[in-house]
Order: sequence, then structure tokens, then C-alpha cells
Amino acid sequence: MPFKKLVASALVAAAMASSGLVQAESVRIGLVVKALGIGFFEAANEGAQEAAKELGDVEVIYTGPTSTTAEGQIEVINSLIAQKVDAIAVSANDTDALVPILKKAQQRGIKVVSWDSGVAPDGRQVHLNPSSNALIGEMNVKLAAEAVLASGAAQGDIAILSATPTSTNQNIWIDEMKKVLPQYPNLTLVTTVYGDDLADKSYRETVGLLKSYPNLKAIVAPTSVGIVAAAQAVHDQGRAGEVFVTGLGLPSELAGHVDSGVVKSFAIWNPIDLGYAATMISYNLVKGSATDSSVGMGRIGTASLEADGSTAMAEPFIYNASNVHAFADIF
Amino acid sequence: MEKIMHKPMATSGLPAIGLSRRLLSWEFFLLLMTAVVFGLNSLASPYFLDPWNLSDATFNFVEKAVVALPLAMLIICREIDLSVASIIALASAAMGFTAQAGAGTELIVLAGLVTGLLCGLVNGLLVTRFEIPSIVVTIGTMSLFRGITYILLGDTVLKNYPESFAYLGQGYVYWVFSFEFVLFGVLALLFYGLLHRTNFGRRTYAIGNNPTAAFYSGINVARHRLILFVLVGLISGLASVLLTSRLGSTRPTIALGWELSIITMVVLGGVSIMGGAGTILGVVIAVFLMGLVTFGLGLLNVPGIVMSIIIGAMLIGVIATPVLLIKFKGRKSAP
Repeated sequence: MPFKKLVASALVAAAMASSGLVQAESVRIGLVVKALGIGFFEAANEGAQEAAKELGDVEVIYTGPTSTTAEGQIEVINSLIAQKVDAIAVSANDTDALVPILKKAQQRGIKVVSWDSGVAPDGRQVHLNPSSNALIGEMNVKLAAEAVLASGAAQGDIAILSATPTSTNQNIWIDEMKKVLPQYPNLTLVTTVYGDDLADKSYRETVGLLKSYPNLKAIVAPTSVGIVAAAQAVHDQGRAGEVFVTGLGLPSELAGHVDSGVVKSFAIWNPIDLGYAATMISYNLVKGSATDSSVGMGRIGTASLEADGSTAMAEPFIYNASNVHAFADIF
Repeated sequence: MEKIMHKPMATSGLPAIGLSRRLLSWEFFLLLMTAVVFGLNSLASPYFLDPWNLSDATFNFVEKAVVALPLAMLIICREIDLSVASIIALASAAMGFTAQAGAGTELIVLAGLVTGLLCGLVNGLLVTRFEIPSIVVTIGTMSLFRGITYILLGDTVLKNYPESFAYLGQGYVYWVFSFEFVLFGVLALLFYGLLHRTNFGRRTYAIGNNPTAAFYSGINVARHRLILFVLVGLISGLASVLLTSRLGSTRPTIALGWELSIITMVVLGGVSIMGGAGTILGVVIAVFLMGLVTFGLGLLNVPGIVMSIIIGAMLIGVIATPVLLIKFKGRKSAP
């Protein structure tokens, strides 16, 4: 029966692929992502493999459901529990629905870390945020200062292009930026405008900024929609080289604008580092080398844990002409 | 007895006997497949033959399997319900709001069951009163029920379920036997009785084989269909109780895409999608076959994409093989 052969050969092939799994007394860490086939998570796996190589006695099992559902992730976690892995590091599709199964995992002695997208405190020991609000605010101002310098001026006006006036994340980040600004006396924040995370409105607001503030040197957009629209507007208005756009964005969407010189540099989390750090934290939890207040993240440093076990990895990673194309293929 | 069974097969002139013969071998074939998969799994993974692991694995499919039982009857009756997963979502939302209002476990469960029953009633009335094909009606209500859930919940999550509610989806009756699993066993027996041991079951086959003939034989076809739709709705509500309890929370995306895996179980179980044929035993074996295959592959960390390819191949393979065998045999014995 051809079908039976198919199943048999599939099982045998799979068994051979994972036969390294039983032989060594290594620490096995299940890296569970939202869904397989997403560039961001493939990159995180790359980081996890890097950590495994560095540590030597670690095997990372990279897995996840085919679509981003909580039920699919539970199935995957179920099979990891059955394999008696030592730790599970998960980017959750649902903050709450994964709690019962992850509680079960912890009852069976498995260490649980959530990263990128968190699980409620009951379901995990540590949650790794890619960054913290304060670090994001700081980074945005730093990038603006770089952009002003790039325009050749010693000091200049900057403007913020945000999402909507009620966007929680953006408002927090802008507040954090304002806290840091006094340390940069050469920067003058002239205004904050809102593009509502719509490409056309962000574009029009940027054109308006360019017309109203002739001394504008940099536009900071802490939103991935806004930053692309602003870069396009500056380019279309022929102001490239005079006004630089920066903020938070995706390498794949901004590589072209980095090439054309409208964007000098921008920032976003680095998925490779994120996978690396999640693996390191899992390993340290298994080995018992983590305390209630801190846990090592290998080459990235030491994370200090808050009371609820959450922590921030690092300041956002800077992308510029030197690395944007390598990452543009990833996300 | 053997002779009587074999004679018509050789000439393949009597389709009715050929069919029952085919169904007999179908369940045997499924059982054989299940045994093969079980054996391969135990060889391939050292973690497979562990009572607790096998028990954990049942959680992945029991809720779907529960819905597959009444759905099998509905499909045998030449109807279909594609809205079952959306009914699960809407029933879960109803339970979430009941829990938020501070109700106890009994009332929450009741809310889920009643919502499921009402959804089934809507489907059934649309099909029987307005004589719209059930595939059209339930494609519509699939979006409708899910849409209502999205409107009610938005991006919020309901999770104020009482402690005792967790037992239904996470508790154990005895040793490794979970409440969910035992409930599935009881329901499988009940549905076996209903389909194979009562007049109601016989009428289901009669309608599925020929609705017009059934109507002229004095069967109230519309009422029969309505009852089956309500039953599917009610059991979907029950599945929603189990799933919601297992997840401990409700979001509008709950059970997204489940309708197809449930129908896959039914079809794999040998229920004819054209109606008129199929058994509860076949569906139950198919449920275990699918559960064992996905769990076994999961233990080997086979990516989900490869897993769905294998499930698809299994569905086509299992359904095509008996058909091909019969064709092949028929050709060989014919002059």
C-alpha cells in the first residue's frame, strides 16, 4: 500500500532527523514561535542556534504551529512536554489561553520563558521584552541627533510624526523622548503631528512639516507606517540630504530609502539577538544560575528582572547602510 | 454466509451488498492503519508509550471528536454544517459574559449549551423552512456567528472563569483518564446507540439514501433534519464548554478553522459525503488515527506544514485505497 509506505518513510525520515535528540545529556530547549515560515522568527531561530553553539551542551528544538492560533501552539507545547524538554521559550499567540498548558509544563519541571509576545505571569517564569519604553525613547532622540549632524548643521529643529493621538505605545515613547531631550541642547522639538498610521495622511502631514518649518533637520517617526510615508514625502519634495527621516521601522520597507539617502539610520529590535537572549535565559534557568532579580543573556549582558519576572533585552538595534540589506531579507 | 457475501461481489452486480461489504472492510482497514501508526510511533519515539503522554495527546483532538459524532449523523442525512467552529466561538463568548456577570460553573455551562442549541436551531430552520441548501446556509452562519463574536469581544479577552470551571477541560476522572476523554467515550456510545440501534438512526440512513422515498414512506424529513441540526449545535456548545475550560479564556479567534478538521475526521471515518453511508465506529477509529498521527509526528518535531501534507495524503489515500481495491478486484474477476 503506497500510503502506508509514505507514512512509514516519513516517520523514519523524521526519526533520523531528530535522532541526535536522545543520545546526549544535553539541555533541550523548545523554541516555540507564533507560526512557522515567518522571517522574523526564522531569524530568532538563527540567534537561538548561535546561543546553542556557544553553550555547546544545548539542543534547540525550533517549532510552532502553521497558523497563529493558541490551539495550535498548545498542541506543539503538548508534544514538547511529552518529550520532556528542559525549557520552553515561547512567543505567544495568546497571553491567557497558553497559561493552563504552561502551568502544566512547569508542574512537570520544565522552565518556561516567554519572549517577544508575552504570557501572563502565572504561565511563565521570565518574560523577555525586546526593549523597554525608556530605551526606545532614548534611542529615538539619539537617532535624531545623528540625523541632525548628518545634515551638516550643529543644531536644528526636529519634529515627531506619530501614529494616532491615542496610540498608547507611541505616546509613552514620545513622553520618554521628551524626558531625554534636555540632554541634547542642540535639538529643538518644534511639533508633534499625527499620521494616524495611515500612509496617505502621514505623507500629507510630512509635506506640511516641510513647508511650515524651513529649518527642520530631522523627522522622527516611532511608527513603521509613518517612517516609510515620511521618507517617501521627503524624497518626493526633493529635500533628501537636507532633512533626514528616522525612528522605528522595518528593514525590508526602508532599505530603498537608506539607499536613496533620505534615511541615514533607524532602529528596531534585532530578532537574532532576541532568539539568542531567550535561549540564554532558558539555559540559565535550567542550570539554576539565575536569581530572582537577574539572569544572564550571554554576549548581550545581564538582564535585571522586575518583580513579575519581566525584563528588557536591550536598546533597539540600529540599522544603517552597512547592515540594512542583510536584514531586509529577514523582516 | 461467506459464500453469500462473496458471490455478488464477484459479479459486482448488486451494489447494496457490495456497499455493506466495503464498509465492513473500511473499519477493519482503519483499525489496521491505526495499529500500524501506533507501532511506528512507539518505534520512532521513546516518549510515545507513556500513559501520561498519550493522555495529554487526547486533549488535542477530543473536543473536535465530540462534534464529529453528531456531524457524522448530519452528513449521513445528506446535510452538512460548516458553522460548527463559529458556534463554538459564539458559545464561548456567551460563557465568557456569563462568567463576567459572576455566575457559577453550572450557569456558565448552561449558557454555552443553550447558545449552541440556538445556533443549531437557526441553521436548521433556515435549511428546513426556507429550503436553502445547508452548505449555503452554514457558510453564511459560519461568518455570521464568528462575526457576532468579533463584535461582542473586539480585541478584549474574557477570563473571569471560576476555579471549578477548569475541571471540565483540564480535570481527570480517574488516573490518566481526563473528564473530556471519558465524556467523549460516553457520547460515542450514545451516538452509536442512536444511529445504529433506534428508528431515528434508521430514518437518518433512509433520508440520506433517498430523501424523496423517505418522505413518501411517511418520514417527517424536515423535522428529522431540524433535530439533527439542533443536535450538532448543542454538541458544538458542549465542545465549546470543554475548549473554553481548557484554555481558561475566550477570544474571538477561538477554534478558528476547526470546521475542516472536524469534517476531515468524519470523512476519514468512512462517512459518505454524499450521504446514506457511514458508521459511528468508523468515525471513532478515524479520530484516534488522526490523533495518533499528529501526536507521533509532533513528538518527532515534524513541522506543522509537513504534518498537514501527511494528513491530506492520508485522507486521500484512505478513501481512495478501498475504492481502487474494489475496482481492481472487479476487473480481475471479470472476463
